[in-house]
Amino acid sequence: MALRGALRIVEHDAMVYRRTWRGGIVTTILGPFLFLASMGLGLGGYVDRGGSAAVLGGVSYLAFLAPGLLAAQAMQTAAFESTYPILGRIQWDKTYLAALATPIGVDDLVWGELGWIAVRLTFACGIFLIVMAGFGAVHSPLAVLDLPVAVLTGLAFAAPIVAFSATQRRDSGFNAIFRFGVTPLFLFSGTFFPVDRLPEPLQPVAWITPLYHGVDLARALSLGRVDPLPAGVHLVVLVAFAAGGVALARAAFRRRLRV
Amino acid sequence: MPAAADPVPTGPPPTVPSGAPTGVPAVLATVPEPLIRARGLTKRFGRFTAVDAVDFDVAPGEAFGFLGPNGAGKTSTMRMIGCVSPVTAGSLSVFGMDPHTDGGRIRARLGVVPQADTLDMELTVRENLLIYGRYFDLPRREALRRAAELLQFVQLAERADDEVEPLSGGMKRRLTIARSLINEPELLLLDEPTTGLDPQARHLLWDRLYRLKQRGVTLVLTTHYMDEAEQLCDRLVVMDKARIVAEGSPRELIERHSSREVTELRFAPGVQESLGGRLDGLADRVEWLPDRVLLYAADGEAAARAAHGRGIRAESVLVRRSTLEDVFLRLTGRSLVE
Ligand SMILES: Nc1ncnc2c1ncn2[C@@H]1O[C@H](COP(=O)(O)OP(=O)(O)OP(=O)(O)O)[C@@H](O)[C@H]1O
Ligand SMILES: [Mg+2]
Repeated sequence: MALRGALRIVEHDAMVYRRTWRGGIVTTILGPFLFLASMGLGLGGYVDRGGSAAVLGGVSYLAFLAPGLLAAQAMQTAAFESTYPILGRIQWDKTYLAALATPIGVDDLVWGELGWIAVRLTFACGIFLIVMAGFGAVHSPLAVLDLPVAVLTGLAFAAPIVAFSATQRRDSGFNAIFRFGVTPLFLFSGTFFPVDRLPEPLQPVAWITPLYHGVDLARALSLGRVDPLPAGVHLVVLVAFAAGGVALARAAFRRRLRV
Repeated sequence: MPAAADPVPTGPPPTVPSGAPTGVPAVLATVPEPLIRARGLTKRFGRFTAVDAVDFDVAPGEAFGFLGPNGAGKTSTMRMIGCVSPVTAGSLSVFGMDPHTDGGRIRARLGVVPQADTLDMELTVRENLLIYGRYFDLPRREALRRAAELLQFVQLAERADDEVEPLSGGMKRRLTIARSLINEPELLLLDEPTTGLDPQARHLLWDRLYRLKQRGVTLVLTTHYMDEAEQLCDRLVVMDKARIVAEGSPRELIERHSSREVTELRFAPGVQESLGGRLDGLADRVEWLPDRVLLYAADGEAAARAAHGRGIRAESVLVRRSTLEDVFLRLTGRSLVE
């Protein structure tokens, strides 16, 4: 029963997407190409010649960068899908109120929206992974597991951000999320250079953000260098963020909609 | 002719009159279970009480109305019945079930037209109905079939594949009404269903609602239009300041709370203010409105003559029968449409 309600919300979002996908599809496919070509090959050419092998663990910059970008892109996709669409439905169009007048319940809304975000992430990250493989940036068959890891990384952001969005009445709060959350994490969570290159006091900051864990795990898998202990820690952190976010989102939806 | 002028006698509802002591369930044991039963139903927002311990019953097949000025608590009550707003105190049962524990099962059998439209601007007109049908677990084909039928019903078939945003206010309202019927509800909750509709659309809707009622659908509605209440409602309650202040059929309410006739006197600017106590004793009751004076009397012509006899010269004199509007004015001190 619960699952069925959530699937109806996924169906709703898919219906909306069917009308709007053309706008985003080009960037979804072209984005990975441009990033991997310019940063992986272009910039990477200089990096590799500069004797970086020791720092990067003996692999090309492209192979180092690609899985990190994959996780970072999951974060960005998730952040976008968890902000404006949710606020629109909760505040502007009030379509959640319409859904709640049917057998759909508040939890169905939360699970359904996150379910749809997971679908979107699977699609976007799947394309990224294929492009990555085409660039020869994948070193191990374990890289297929990068797909669920990237989706999980996305959800570790999506769930708490959905909770935040459900407390907002205007979109001005989202600026802060992107400016002080998404963008710095994108730059400093080990995507472009190892976290141990960060100034010493900043390193622990990176450790407690989900992106660092997503990046490191995705990289370990695609390079085929999985160390069970850190990998386990990464997974636990990502799951904890997602689960904590779900709990917050359920409470926020209830407080906002069950008045 | 008004659609509800010759209603199929559904019979006055076999319920406790409002104000009767609630501790007499033995008497109720023989009458059919009401579809909705509220006892001491209360809704608070923080420390503010929006609905204050109201009692009412709605019988199956009945058309039941909530009248009341802005802020009286009508929408708050409707939302509790619709199982979207938790009950603060008191008891409420819908279809014999408790909204708190069986909300989903109750909502499956309800149709809801909320006061403010909640249409999905991300979807087309048809998709709005389709997804709603899906929320009620209809198979896609069935949902599409009903959507087509309902779009005919509310005369929006030509707009089926259009976006919702550019529809006119009245069209959006009609779409909301169509949406509320997608699950063929047994109980329809209509919160100001015809606000924003043009007269033709209102009459169309009244006709549709009347047909639904004949098919056995129970209607609960709020309205600020007394003609709508008179046409559609078998029984209604007047709410004011979170409480129910009167209950009965439109006719009963008029008999109980107003005179048979009303004489309306309109004066040239400035005259009304100068009348002082000169109208006293002319009628059972005199009501001073900003733009006119109402004399409540069994014989309106006689009251008009008496006023004239006192040398009071009105610009226009109108004698008419009492309406719900007069009842409303009497009970709440405010006119129905503000
Ligand atoms: N979510 C809410 N939070 C706080 N107060 C609320 C909330 N909803 C309604 N109220 C208050 O409860 C009171 C009753 O509101 P309600 O919407 O039930 O009135 P109404 O009879 O439907 O009025 P109207 O004819 O204007 O639609 C109002 O004073 C309103 O401000
Ligand atoms: Mg209202």
